[in-house]
Amino acid sequence: MTERYSYDVVIVGGGAAGLRAAIAAASHSDKLSVAVISKVYPMRSHTVSAEGGTASVLKEYDSFELHASDTIKGGDYLADQDAVEAFVKEAPSEIIQLEHWGCPWSREPDGKLAVRAFGGMSVKRTVFAADKTGFHMLHTLFQHSLRYPNIIRLDEWFVSSLIMEDGMVKGLVALDLRTRELAFIASRAVIMATGGAGRIFQFTTNAVIKTGDGMAMAYRAGAPLKDMEFIQFHPTALPGSGILITEASRGEGGYLINKDQERFLKRYTPEKMELGPRDILSRALITEIREGRGYEGPFGSYVLLDLRHLGEELIDRKLPFVRELARNYAGIDPVHEPIPVRPAVHYTMGGIHTDVLGRTPVAGLYACGEAACVSINGANRLGSNSLSECLVFGRAAGVDAATFALSKKGQGEIEDSNLLNPVGEYLRIDEEKIYGLLKREGGGERLSDLRSHLQSIMDTNVGIFRDSSGLQEARRQIRELRTGLQRAAIDDKGTVYNTEVIEAFELGFMLDVADAIAYSALIREESRGAHYRTDFPKRDDKNFLFHQLSYYSPGGPVIKHLSVSITKWQPAERKY
Amino acid sequence: MQKATETINIRVKRYLPENEPRNFYQKYEVKYFPKMFVLDALNYVRDRLDGTLAYRWSCRMGVCGSCGALVNGIPRLTCATPLSALGKGVTIEPLHNFPIIKDLVVDLGDFMEKLGRIKPWIIRERDRVIEEGEYEQKPAELELYSQFSACINCMLCYAACPVYAGDVDFIGPAASALGYRYNLDSRDEGAEKRLEVLTEGAGIFDCTFVGECSVVCPKSVDPALAIQRLKIDSALTSLKSILKREKS
Ligand SMILES: Cc1cc2nc3c(=O)[nH]c(=O)nc-3n(C[C@H](O)[C@H](O)[C@H](O)COP(=O)(O)OP(=O)(O)OC[C@H]3O[C@@H](n4cnc5c(N)ncnc54)[C@H](O)[C@@H]3O)c2cc1C
Ligand code: SF4
Ligand code: FES
Repeated sequence: MTERYSYDVVIVGGGAAGLRAAIAAASHSDKLSVAVISKVYPMRSHTVSAEGGTASVLKEYDSFELHASDTIKGGDYLADQDAVEAFVKEAPSEIIQLEHWGCPWSREPDGKLAVRAFGGMSVKRTVFAADKTGFHMLHTLFQHSLRYPNIIRLDEWFVSSLIMEDGMVKGLVALDLRTRELAFIASRAVIMATGGAGRIFQFTTNAVIKTGDGMAMAYRAGAPLKDMEFIQFHPTALPGSGILITEASRGEGGYLINKDQERFLKRYTPEKMELGPRDILSRALITEIREGRGYEGPFGSYVLLDLRHLGEELIDRKLPFVRELARNYAGIDPVHEPIPVRPAVHYTMGGIHTDVLGRTPVAGLYACGEAACVSINGANRLGSNSLSECLVFGRAAGVDAATFALSKKGQGEIEDSNLLNPVGEYLRIDEEKIYGLLKREGGGERLSDLRSHLQSIMDTNVGIFRDSSGLQEARRQIRELRTGLQRAAIDDKGTVYNTEVIEAFELGFMLDVADAIAYSALIREESRGAHYRTDFPKRDDKNFLFHQLSYYSPGGPVIKHLSVSITKWQPAERKY
Repeated sequence: MQKATETINIRVKRYLPENEPRNFYQKYEVKYFPKMFVLDALNYVRDRLDGTLAYRWSCRMGVCGSCGALVNGIPRLTCATPLSALGKGVTIEPLHNFPIIKDLVVDLGDFMEKLGRIKPWIIRERDRVIEEGEYEQKPAELELYSQFSACINCMLCYAACPVYAGDVDFIGPAASALGYRYNLDSRDEGAEKRLEVLTEGAGIFDCTFVGECSVVCPKSVDPALAIQRLKIDSALTSLKSILKREKS
């Protein structure tokens, strides 16, 4: 018998966005049951790795106007300006809220919240907890969430599909890792807070769980994905592992140096130097390397991030994690030696299309955090806006989903109706996927081969520099990989903690998201923010100042256009 | 990518609940590259040799707390343990003192319950509203609890703790350290409530101060110190309440 559960609000994901949404929904009304489903224990979510900080206007010298204009310019004028304005106004309350909940934010000598400089931000406005900001935010949120008896957790459960009926979300199918059993989880509202999709690429700062699951599930259920072509590269990751060295190291004064011992950014972002936006800096690094001014190492070419002049005391106080990571994973002590770095895939600007309340066009379906695209990040996110975004729109989605669920609650119990159809149908499809894998005997393709093939296609063809033929080639190979996945075989036939079954689902999600990225990139014949086309190297506002919405169809994404909301800031040339 | 030049053998303790026998050691030959971590070796096995091997990992940068295991008998994060530090033989086993679900995956249910029990949140008579702004906290006040807030819940300390080995009801190192972290926070007023929880049943007084927890902790949390200080705080609190009673 299939297990069946029902909750008023279900949140998929226990990162910053998911937990913030859960707390908002649970505190909205204690009559609501709020479930948080996560494929890893919530405190293992990728948010835990965030280092540098979270942006908000808290100081007298700063203003909403300034934070908004920095964000809009940083996003190369693709962000929705009304959404950005709403975001910057809400962000300070959220930072204070976390402070009240116990987040150990770093402080000024007088006890007020400290702020640091970050790329593309014209004043210091990034609040931080040393260089473990995400870690502290996540643990604070998780610990605080334990106060709410109406938050129920399904830890180490994997969601495989959304269940739809008459264009509305009715719940989802989820698999308990302990038993491999699929369950039907009925819900009045579902919030996707499943994070980004960086693991579609090989060289990435992202944790292994970032496979775009929620994006793919929402997409398949009929919600469009927005602006998928915009993938952020972070300029400073460790060669080999891709482990991030935070932008805060430049915010605190670090230099980027090429083989000629030159602070080469003077040729790219002369005013901002190391604090230019990530899209421009990442291209600058690769250009230096291509023109022979990089160093060569066992894991490819790189440049150097020099922190030595900051001194041991500052590094230990403000960047202790950078020192720990560089020592452990590069064998280098940044107090005495510069750190080798190169750009790596870092963040998905695109995601599930939502409004400022977290609503998708599908009734009852919400999204927030990196899985969503509101859009405040436009074509290039500014560092430290993402954690604030998780809080602001996590809360908004939680409140709105709770209100929606309450209004439905008046209309009776979560219906049992139609349990066989379409619920039975959805369960059957996922069950067949699992049994297909289990019964296929050896000789099939290995999941790990398929996955690394996808990752290398994406690195090669959908990276920092793109062109039409590369993008078409990527799409062709993604199609082949789909056939490959249908033939894949796994070693593990067991029921308990079968992680290969999970990986197979994840690879399916990754392929859908990868294709939406490649296709959106192919038809955006201009260069904007993080999307750079060598065959169309200029921004083209006349023909491309719009969002691209990808709708799912079995043959591949169908693209529709959505205009960008422009309130006060007319598109202008970006100079830093 | 670096070319693999040689191979090494690793030995993994397996536990397959649906197999006969359930428990056994398995050897794998893994391609070796310099700067390789124990986690890389496990990933090599899973990707190339044997997809049935189960273990947890996510961040691969020592911060998510997923990947704890015994490496040559010592509780460690597999993603932060370079193979070069290990000498010839490498044996990987699940963390001690937890029920095993499969292979290196252990059951954390007990800890998750204890975590909630110690009330790891700010407790106040009256909460501030947002409009009142932040609570001021001087850098020195932050410094006071900062080390105890660095716990990644990796469970290495529980695996090393002889008291927990003898009695799973023991509240244990990480939960105590977290309770202490909130007790030290200048914004918090819940210390007494937490001390009650931390001392009832198999609470902190069961700790015999072996200190193994602090030795294995990868984040220098020093849970042993937290427990010792909590014992003193608890003794002082009871002393105070006795004095109060005698006065009245
Ligand atoms: C190394 C690094 C450093 C960063 N530093 C900063 C920074 O300093 N400042 C900043 O603003 N941003 C930073 N970012 C970006 C920021 O950390 C992320 O965008 C943000 O944490 C995303 O949070 P989230 O809640 O949306 O998702 P995540 O934290 O990724 O959480 C996703 C959740 O969804 C769950 N999930 C996913 N799929 C499923 C499924 N199928 N079934 C069940 N559960 C599922 C996961 O278990 C997890 O709980 C950084 C990113 C990286 C990679
Ligand atoms: S106290 Fe240290 S060893 Fe124990 S769970 Fe926390 S980080 Fe791990
Ligand atoms: S994988 Fe995250 S701590 Fe090791």
